[in-house]
Amino acid sequence: MQFGVFSVSDITTDPTTGRTPTEHERIRAVVEIAKKTEEVGLDVFAIGEHHNPPFFSSSPTTTLAYVAAQTERLLLSTATTLITTNDPVKIAEDYAMLQHLSGGRVDLMMGRGNTGPVYPWFGQDIRNGIGLAVENYALLHRLWREDVVDWEGKFRTPLQSFTSTPRPLDGVPPFVWHGSIRSPQIAEQAAYYGDGFFHNNIFWNIEHTSQMVALYRERFEHYGHGRADQAIVGLGGQVYLHKSSQQAVREFRPYFDVAPVYGHGPSLEDFTAQTPLTVGSPQEVIDRYASMREHVGDYQRQLFLVDHAGLPLATVLDQLEILGGEVVPVLRKELAVGRPAHVPEAPTHASLVAAAGGARDATVYGEGDDVTGASPDASRADEQVVTR
Amino acid sequence: MSEVGPEGYRVAVVTAGLREPSSTRLLADRLGEATVLAVTERGERIELDVVDVRLLASAMTNALLTGVEAAELGDALRRVTGADAVIAVTPIFSGSYNGLFKMFFDLLGEDALTGTPVLLGATAGTPRHSLAVDHALRPLFAYLRALVVPTAVFAATDDFGQVGPTKRSDDVAPLAQRVTRAAGELADLLLSRPRKRPTDPLTDFTPFTHLIPTPTPPAK
Repeated sequence: MQFGVFSVSDITTDPTTGRTPTEHERIRAVVEIAKKTEEVGLDVFAIGEHHNPPFFSSSPTTTLAYVAAQTERLLLSTATTLITTNDPVKIAEDYAMLQHLSGGRVDLMMGRGNTGPVYPWFGQDIRNGIGLAVENYALLHRLWREDVVDWEGKFRTPLQSFTSTPRPLDGVPPFVWHGSIRSPQIAEQAAYYGDGFFHNNIFWNIEHTSQMVALYRERFEHYGHGRADQAIVGLGGQVYLHKSSQQAVREFRPYFDVAPVYGHGPSLEDFTAQTPLTVGSPQEVIDRYASMREHVGDYQRQLFLVDHAGLPLATVLDQLEILGGEVVPVLRKELAVGRPAHVPEAPTHASLVAAAGGARDATVYGEGDDVTGASPDASRADEQVVTR
Repeated sequence: MSEVGPEGYRVAVVTAGLREPSSTRLLADRLGEATVLAVTERGERIELDVVDVRLLASAMTNALLTGVEAAELGDALRRVTGADAVIAVTPIFSGSYNGLFKMFFDLLGEDALTGTPVLLGATAGTPRHSLAVDHALRPLFAYLRALVVPTAVFAATDDFGQVGPTKRSDDVAPLAQRVTRAAGELADLLLSRPRKRPTDPLTDFTPFTHLIPTPTPPAK
């Protein structure tokens, strides 16, 4: 079972002080948060992709590579990578590169994105959201698995004799999760490929989450990737911790009440009842999250949102200390109890390499000119021109 | 939700009155009772299912602001989406349906009422608001691709005290007659339509083998 944090990268005024961090401060803070995530014994750090203020994270691979260079075993992921508006060729290249630099400590979570204007900003139409997610991912999937790709689709320039470089580390593509909240089509997509399904349920009741996960598990088995209870499931979560549960509520309420997205809406109490948000003592958080598997089955990844709504860095680091020190170790033990042996862990680079029968170098050596990429014939012709 | 026999038509009554008691609810109940009578007279069974959106006001606000759908709201939306016909009744505020009424239909989803027979009703303090049904409510339900019956019932406060025609030249038929005519139209339309199949949003996807050219799933 993997535990980690995911950040949406919002730059939000701290409502208790009225101070808004600069982009630079917030970017440095997120790096500190990622390093702390490893330090306290969590497994995964994931960051979102946005293309509009108040978010800073438009270029996750840069951030993740920087974090990779300063960590040893932290798994780096996204929440999410926009499969609709990014060029799948660029995703293939960027994340294969990150895979090499991080020593395989990378996976991705595909998402469609929920900011309407991002589609036209990137030359797409939001009404094609599902179609883009299907076609772009089909291409990405091939680019990591076939050395030379000929391809033609509806949304992107065709490719002839295209090789995405670098080739995946050890010949094994990064593991992919498909994130979705309410689209059964994405659960179906994850199931078809045998990829992971991440239900970001931080705004949803557990009954809905349970149905979506059940659909994914059923289709995963339908496509022959294993039994339904062997499908790879991740959940979102949101917590605020203090050893005194009253103090946790007192401290978090000012942030909750005016938070982006859900502020000025439901009460903290209603939102806590209706979503996985848990504000309280470590034991309360343990109890709540230990019960998630009763609704979705034994699962593989639990990510927590801990750094949004203007919470200052010092508070976030404290939260991570409690999460890593008091909550997750107990959850690991409790969730291991009664977990059937045939339920797999989330795939990692090491497990995928083992499943592929060992590492192989996947380098595609070009026959052309080293500098220009031109074909051997053309480069020889140039040489002849020069030498004459 | 009331128990519904497998062969009974399910008709949802959405009422957006703000007060209790509410004259909008009164009109909604009369339209519902008249529809039960009209369907029964035509030899079919019917079950009414009333959704009072007043009770969902906070849940609707929260759902629109945050996307978090409280259980009682999700239940109401599913019941209306699954109904064979809908009776929708609102008070007229500032020349149009009130805000709660619109919030409910905003949350319902664009395809929820496609092809669904709908009877419209509205209430207001004076008869001068009567055209709001046609210039405000009908366009909303046209957008939702619902099949709205020709007669909509508008009830001003005075209508609740009037039982027969008076001598005034601009008089309309008494409320009871208009209610009966509208309910008859809804019953005729309802019985001419195929039953709505139960909706399950989780089955709303295309199998991937239909979307991807390769005939078999890729090896992992």
